[in-house]
Amino acid sequence: MERRAFLNISGIALGSMLVPVFGNAIAAEELLNPLAAKFKKTLADVALNAATEAGASYCDVRIGRYLNQFITTRDLNVENVVNTESAGVGVRVICNGAYGFAATSDMSPDSVANAARQAVAIAKANSKLQTEAVRLAPVKGVGEVSWATPIKKDWRAVPIKEKAELLIAANKAGLDAGASFMQSLMFQVNQQKYFASTDGSYIDQDVHRMWMPVFATAVDKATNKFRSRQGLSTPVGMGYEYLDGLAKDKVKAAGGVTTLYKNSYDLIEDARACGKQAKEKLTAKSVAPGKYDLVLSPEHMYLTIHESVGHPTELDRVLGYEANYAGTSFATLDKWETKKFKYGAERVNIFADKTNPGSLGAVGYDDEGVKCKKWDIIKDGILVNYQATRDQAHIINEKESHGCSYADSWSSVQFQRMPNISLAAGKKKLSPDQMVADVKKGIYIVGAGSFSIDQQRYNFQFGGQLFYEINNGKIGAQLEDVAYQSNTQEFWNACSAICDESDWRLGGSFFDGKGQPSQVSTVSHGSSTTRFNGINVINTARKIG
Amino acid sequence: MKFLTQEDTKRICDKVMSMTKADECIVTINGGRTGNIRYARNAVSTAGLVENATMGVAVAYGKKQGIATINEFDDKSLEKALRIAEDLAKLAPENPEFMPAVSKQQFRATDTFSAKTAAIDPEFRAQTAAYSIEASRKNKLVSAGFFTDNTSFNTIANSNGVFGHQEATGVDFTCTVRTEDGRGSGWVKRSATDVSRFDAREASDVAIEKALRSVEAKALEPGRYTVILKPAATSELIGFMLGGFDARQADEGRSFLSKKGGGNRMGEKLFDQQVNIWSDPWDKDVGVLPWDGNTMLARERMDMIKDGRVSALDYSLFWAKKQGVRAIGSPGNMIMGGTSKSTQELIANTKKGVLVTRTWYIRLVDPQSVLLTGLTRDGTFYIENGKIKHPIKNFRFNESPVTMLNNIEEIGKPEIIAGDEVQYSMMIPAMKVRDFNFTSLSDAV
Repeated sequence: MERRAFLNISGIALGSMLVPVFGNAIAAEELLNPLAAKFKKTLADVALNAATEAGASYCDVRIGRYLNQFITTRDLNVENVVNTESAGVGVRVICNGAYGFAATSDMSPDSVANAARQAVAIAKANSKLQTEAVRLAPVKGVGEVSWATPIKKDWRAVPIKEKAELLIAANKAGLDAGASFMQSLMFQVNQQKYFASTDGSYIDQDVHRMWMPVFATAVDKATNKFRSRQGLSTPVGMGYEYLDGLAKDKVKAAGGVTTLYKNSYDLIEDARACGKQAKEKLTAKSVAPGKYDLVLSPEHMYLTIHESVGHPTELDRVLGYEANYAGTSFATLDKWETKKFKYGAERVNIFADKTNPGSLGAVGYDDEGVKCKKWDIIKDGILVNYQATRDQAHIINEKESHGCSYADSWSSVQFQRMPNISLAAGKKKLSPDQMVADVKKGIYIVGAGSFSIDQQRYNFQFGGQLFYEINNGKIGAQLEDVAYQSNTQEFWNACSAICDESDWRLGGSFFDGKGQPSQVSTVSHGSSTTRFNGINVINTARKIG
Repeated sequence: MKFLTQEDTKRICDKVMSMTKADECIVTINGGRTGNIRYARNAVSTAGLVENATMGVAVAYGKKQGIATINEFDDKSLEKALRIAEDLAKLAPENPEFMPAVSKQQFRATDTFSAKTAAIDPEFRAQTAAYSIEASRKNKLVSAGFFTDNTSFNTIANSNGVFGHQEATGVDFTCTVRTEDGRGSGWVKRSATDVSRFDAREASDVAIEKALRSVEAKALEPGRYTVILKPAATSELIGFMLGGFDARQADEGRSFLSKKGGGNRMGEKLFDQQVNIWSDPWDKDVGVLPWDGNTMLARERMDMIKDGRVSALDYSLFWAKKQGVRAIGSPGNMIMGGTSKSTQELIANTKKGVLVTRTWYIRLVDPQSVLLTGLTRDGTFYIENGKIKHPIKNFRFNESPVTMLNNIEEIGKPEIIAGDEVQYSMMIPAMKVRDFNFTSLSDAV
């Protein structure tokens, strides 16, 4: 029955966190030697020629080497150090107007040529069931080019001991500050991706990503109560320098309730706050349900943007290709065609951007060889565009692809995935404290928590990490048991203020699933602190047994 | 990639273990083939076949362990993986909670293989999609679905003499059928070890019928309702809760099974008397491997909930030793006892209620009470005086499976249901539950 390989990271809240694992373990020192570009070009040409000779009208080949390291710790113990590598070649073709795909881990010319011929054979078989021929938006070949994530420190060069000691020091800080239990992890990713196509492109890319989640749990055995607080770092498209935790990158949350982080992260400081605040949650006031003005920090907003704007504006969902799994979308083509569909208030401007430095989605070119760019999704509150790949561009009258194609492995076929989708900062000068000053009865929410949304992205319910009541313009006591429920269009039309550019920062998702068989992608979402008026808040406390 | 036999994998395991001077060595080999076909908008979108095999090797020096995996099986590759595991073990800090490899186990074979499933070919997959697409077209409906089959071999071995090898097969089919105007949607899921128990036509017809019946949905006020929950509406909720039967979490005070003042709630009556849930690797419908791949311990039949009482918790090797409990292989399936009553009979006995086909996007809101939120989807109906009256709009719920299993009024016949996000193969009956908490309406179809 449908199962993937998972790294089981136990001990987080109830049950366990399942993290997909790709590839084979390798020693750290082997990670630093990339495959030579010349070798990759020769291999790519073998595939392109074999596919063309077999009858393909188009072919692209992706040679991938995916390197990961995961370190998991629990309290003062290192539980696991895992290095993985996966390398191979994926060939996609169009023949008789239909797609075909085949992949091999055997990087010999014979095997790659065979995969190309297999892909053509599959395309020919699929073409018999095809009702409409695949139409690719044009891409001009770029010749031999390269792109790399602009990192300052390579995680592969940092000794395991140093990284493990940092995580243990963070756990100790959390335990000393009041946590009963701590867990911290470090995910480090390097994707060496080579793309070539019959359009005349040979693109060599070196992509780096990191994430270091931390979890604190405080237990009061006398009352049989426990509460957790998750770290406020964000997964990034950066090197190990994200862990520098520079003073200039620290941001004071509204009312000074906690420290937040912009371009680098102080893991130990945040772990200490996790321990302290998890303990404080044990005695926090339970929220009274009702309508509140919500002031949402960027550490919370990223997930709301992801679920309520990112997913509904994926064109493959809108068209029905994800109907059996991830769902469809309320943001249908007829609404977009009116050019009047009011997705949100006039101050709401949401854009897609695959070039934002430090973001998870930033690459030079997508997995169809399309140069990455920035474009509007919602302009002055109106739905103006979607996220499209080459074969979808003509459906929304675009002359070129948006560059949204991605595959999570050389062995997976590329398809439409979400680019970074962000809320533009407010145009007028406004700080989070000034925003709070305008609120009579509200809640300030920091960090992302539980999230659930329906299959067409209308009705959602979100939690958070930290909740503070706002009374007559002042941040008050910590609250617990908070979740808000709303409808996407109503919610974005209730947006009443957005802080200025100085408060804008990225959050992101490291494990965004879509497709059958399921593929995992990473994506960032930026925003400033944002306010939504009159949102329905429920109390989630329950008694059992 | 060759499909490895027991003889092949035994030879590989013995070779790897003989090459190391580490204190202990553990080897796992898993592989096989997975075929699939995906369709949407009444046309096939992708189809594929993946063949692969992976060997994992873990070695330990004292309390320092390293793990490596590889998918090539020549002697050089096997040795490379072993040496990497040895290097990582030397680099890794000592883990005070490290537990040595288990001693020799007896594994009694379970029912996990079907030759018919192993013989599935591309033609069969295409035909499965074709049934669904053609029947949907005839009814002016739009079909999207996914069929996947796999045939695998699974081997475990360690330097204390543990060895197990078993083959397994499975098919999974899901299909969503929508009306052209998007006002109706139906869904079906079928899972089986033996494909001869799968009928693509029957399954597609269920989704088609639900799509046709679900148009013109009326809104019902959110609130507490008597509900009839089909297995796909409860499997994720129950699976989620059972995933939290971890002894360590309970003993440490961070679980709904923690006891006030310390300890766990083993033996307490937390659920309705009618609730019986057990795990049995030898079950004829949802058999699983006779061992737990993480610990290499043999699985046993375990009552998890007996007559509403918590009857077993899941212990890791470390926690079992610390608490002086005998460790057993972690369960791989969950079976909830039921009756012979059909869903139709449950409906006939209901004066007013809601029939829920499926729940979706389920997330934990509060681990303290296992409060879960999610939505109904693909076939939600209002029941009045023992009959389905009309389709209704979907709801968001906020409910704990502990509360749900306390509010049971009637239980139906168990059915095989594989979870989307839970780790178990399951048999779950339809059930009638009072006071199920719907908190808001959704416009989604």
